[in-house]
Formats: sequence, structure tokens, C-alpha cells
Amino acid sequence: MSATATTTRSPASPLPIAAEPPRRTPRQLATIYALEARYEMLKVLRLPMFAVPTLAFPLVFYCLFGLAFRGGGPGGTPMAVYLLATYGAFGVIGAALFGFGVNVAMERGQGWMLLKRATPMPPGAYFAAKTAVALLFSMLIVIGLFTLGATLGGVRLPTDTWIGLALSLVAGAVPFCAFGLALGYLAGPNSAPAVINLLYLPMAFASGLWLPVEALPGWMQQIAPWLPAYYLAQLGLGALGLPVRVSAGAAVAALAAFTVISLAIARLGYRRDHGRTYG
Amino acid sequence: MNEAARLTRAHKRFGRTVALAGLDLAIRPGEVLALLGPNGAGKTTAVSLLLGLLAPDRGSARLFGRDPRSPAARTRCGAMLQVSRVPETLRVREHVHLVASYYPRPLPVDQTLALAGLQEIAQRPYGELSGGQRQRLMFALALAGGPDLLFLDEPTVGLDLESRRGLWQAIRDLAGRGRTVLLTTHHLEEADALADRIVVLARGRSVAEGTPAAIKARAAGRRIRCVTALAAEDVARLPGVHRAERDGAATEILAAEAEPVVRELLARDPSLADLEVTGARLEEAFLALTADPVQPTDLEEDAA
Repeated sequence: MSATATTTRSPASPLPIAAEPPRRTPRQLATIYALEARYEMLKVLRLPMFAVPTLAFPLVFYCLFGLAFRGGGPGGTPMAVYLLATYGAFGVIGAALFGFGVNVAMERGQGWMLLKRATPMPPGAYFAAKTAVALLFSMLIVIGLFTLGATLGGVRLPTDTWIGLALSLVAGAVPFCAFGLALGYLAGPNSAPAVINLLYLPMAFASGLWLPVEALPGWMQQIAPWLPAYYLAQLGLGALGLPVRVSAGAAVAALAAFTVISLAIARLGYRRDHGRTYG
Repeated sequence: MNEAARLTRAHKRFGRTVALAGLDLAIRPGEVLALLGPNGAGKTTAVSLLLGLLAPDRGSARLFGRDPRSPAARTRCGAMLQVSRVPETLRVREHVHLVASYYPRPLPVDQTLALAGLQEIAQRPYGELSGGQRQRLMFALALAGGPDLLFLDEPTVGLDLESRRGLWQAIRDLAGRGRTVLLTTHHLEEADALADRIVVLARGRSVAEGTPAAIKARAAGRRIRCVTALAAEDVARLPGVHRAERDGAATEILAAEAEPVVRELLARDPSLADLEVTGARLEEAFLALTADPVQPTDLEEDAA
């Protein structure tokens, strides 16, 4: 930006029509993004209905299946190691789908979105805030699982393996944020939680997030490669150095394609909202 | 001409329902303009077009001479919409703070809270507010950004009398500071209490426009209902009668004043029975009073 924009015309009335509003500085823009994220986080953390199950379910399941059964998984891998990847995937997918899907559907239904659209809020701030919250929850889930695994599970891994798995899982939340957004635009405010559960839980099971995919019935193993969660689980298992059915490159490609498709659907929904009647 | 916002021959339909049928509307800087009309008259649609929340099917909407969706126009507006509920776990002050942050020159948060009478409950989460308090928060969100132009869509709907008067006072205070206000209402009393100018909407068109005094004088119609042997066509020709029609066994009459018409009716038909006189509904009063039903704007294509 140059300094030539300082010539202002003198206002002829209290509402000069042509007056340029002051342009936002990058700093002001950053403030908006930061505040939006902060309040999104406060909003969600104060809602035990969302925060508790999102954080607790993957940890409780991990304790039940990963720690209580001390047995070995596929190829003799301890379950406590194997399930770090798959319950990690289960946790971050849940945080992303519910954080985006339910909230977006609800905020569309309540008209909160409409009110925001009537303000000069940069639309990106709204979506960035929700992504930030999903990533924060993902990190908390990963930290919780790792702590359980390292203490109660007695899991010992090289530092870079821990870091590699953590990064795969947290980054793996992003495609499911996009999918959650699409669901938030497709589902009604009341049906969103049910719709998401109906997709999330069967998908998690069939993708081998609860039990190793090798332990599932044959027909389910046939379905798994059609499910996005399967690729995130495979990515996590690969990060642990365990044998995988899909290479890391192929898993990333599948998740990227899934992200693009989800965003395209969300975009259609966003556009549809603009022409929509309300009230 | 200097205008804060304008709709030009705006048409909007939802499926088969025509919400706006060629509405022309200009908001002048510094005025409080009331859009008055019954439910379904197109008030909310008009506001949505001016805010860029909906696009007109035909015609145009301008906000400070710009596309209403442009950020430059939006930074100068605040809106109180009918459907909005905000997240329940955030506190009053937090909501105001967040919305204020979107604007380049917002009011200080404390000032917004004071103007809307929310200081005492600033720390309360939205979920714990009463209906009147929620409405005041919505009002606060509309003015948090320090807008030149406020859109208030049915600002006092569902409020008790005391809350309504409180909000009226707050709106007057704003107008006193030179803000421009567009408010919608279906209460003539509210429009009269607040507005400098009233535009009456019915079925997506402007059917009357003027100062509150002029509009009130024209809206003072009465509805007379009775069972009479007189033909509706004859009744319609009586002095002071705008319209008369059969409704089952009864005849329904719209008139400027009830007493002379009733006197005349009784004189002509001593057997007249089941007499009822009520205030005409606003829409009826204005439909009866708009003599010329032809809407020239219907026939023209918009130039924009």
C-alpha cells in the first residue's frame, strides 16, 4: 500500500457517499482472526456436551481395547502401540466432524451465520476459527493418548516416531474439517448430530479404527478402501513403522482428493445459502 | 441525490410467493425511516436486499452507492435481524467485543453496553438472558460497529411494554446523534413513536408514504360488519365508504369513519342486525385508500 490515499474529500453531509472506509491493516485482520478463534474456543470449551465426549471417547476406548487387552495385534504388534494410530485417527476425525458439522448446521439454523454475514467479518475468519479449534482438540486427544500409552501402556518409541505420528494425526484432521463443513451445509440444525453419528461410527468401525482392519469380516475389508478414515489410519500405522496396506503417498493422495470433494460440496451449500429465504 | 441506501424497482420471489413487486425505496441520511406493513408485506426481504443477504431477481439494491455485499458498504452498517440467536455459552460483553472487532471504527464496548442498557448483565451468558435482554443484545450488536446506518428488523417484536419503551428511547438517542435508521414494524404506534418518515408496504409494494401524522390520518379506517338487506354495491356508494362486499350472510364495509355510515345504514335498513365495528387492519386501510391499483413499475423492465 502506498501513502497516496491520504487525500480525503470533505464530507458534504453526515454520510458522504463516496468516502472510502479505512482499509484494514494486516494487524487488524490478524486481530479479527485471533478474536474469532478465541471466542470459538471459549464457546466450545464451555459446552461440556461437546468437549467431554470429543476428548473422552477416544481415550476411554483406547483404555478398553488397547490397555485392558494386553494381547498382540496383527503381526504380533502390541495393541497398545497399534491402537495409538487408530484411536488417534478416531479422535481427530470426531473432533473435526462434530466441531464443524454440528456447529455450522446449528449456526446456520439459528441465523447466527446470517447476522455475521450482515457484518464486515471476513468469511475466512469464521472457518479459520473452527479449524483452529478442531486442531486444538486434535492435539489434546493426541497428547492424552500418548500419555496413556507411554505410562499405562508401557509403549516405548523413538522420539521422531512419536512426533511423526502426532503430526500425521493432527494434519489428518483437516480433510475431516472439510467434510464436516460440507455436512454442516447439507444437514439441518436438528438432524446434524444424528447424521454425523450415522456416518462417523460405522465408518470408524469399517475403517479399522476400533479393531485392526485385518480382524474385520472379509466384506468389510472390501469396503474399507472406499472410506476416507481408512487412509488416515493407514497413514498413522505407517508413521509407527508398522506394516500397512496403503503407502503413505497413496494415503495422502486419497485424503487430498477427499478434501477437495468435500470443499466443493461445502461451497455449493454456501452458495445455496446466499439465495435462500429465511424467517 | 445523497442517499444512504436505495432499492430501485426491486423484485424478489420465493418459489410462487412474490415478496417484493417492484419496490422503490430510498433512505435519506440522518432520517429514521419506518417500513410499516403486515406480516408478509416484504419488509424483511427489503432489509435483506439492502444488506446484500439476498440478491434481487430484478432491479437493484445500493448501499452507500455501492453493491451491498462490498465490505466498504458493510463497514458502515449494523443490523438487527429477526431470526438471529447467538451462541449461548458466550457472555454479553464477549459477543459485543467480537462483533465490534469486525469494524474499522467501532464504538467502545462499554459505550455500546451502556446505550443498550446491558452494563449490569455484561458478564451473563446469552443462554441465561430473558427475551427482552436477548433483544437488547441484538440491538447492541447492531450498533457495536459504530455504523452510520442501522437496520432494525422488527426490533421490539415479542417485547413487553417496558422493554419496548426502553428500546424506543435507545433508538431515539441514536437518531439524536445523527445516525440513520431503517426500522421495520407492523405497529403503526411504533412507527409513529420513532420515525421521521413512514413507508407503508403491502404485498411487496409501497402503498403509502409520508410523515407519521399524515399516515395516521389516512390509516384511521374502520371496519363495519353487519347483516343487512341492502346490496353491497349500494352500500359502497354511501359517502365515506371505501369498499363494501358480501361475506357469507354478512356485509363487510371499510370506511373512513364508522358513525355516519352506521347512521345511514340504520336509516335505510331498520332490520339491520349483528352490527360490529372494529379498527381496520392496516393493510385493509391502505389497500382501501390506494385508489389506483395499477402499478406502473410492474410494466417496465428495470434499466439496471
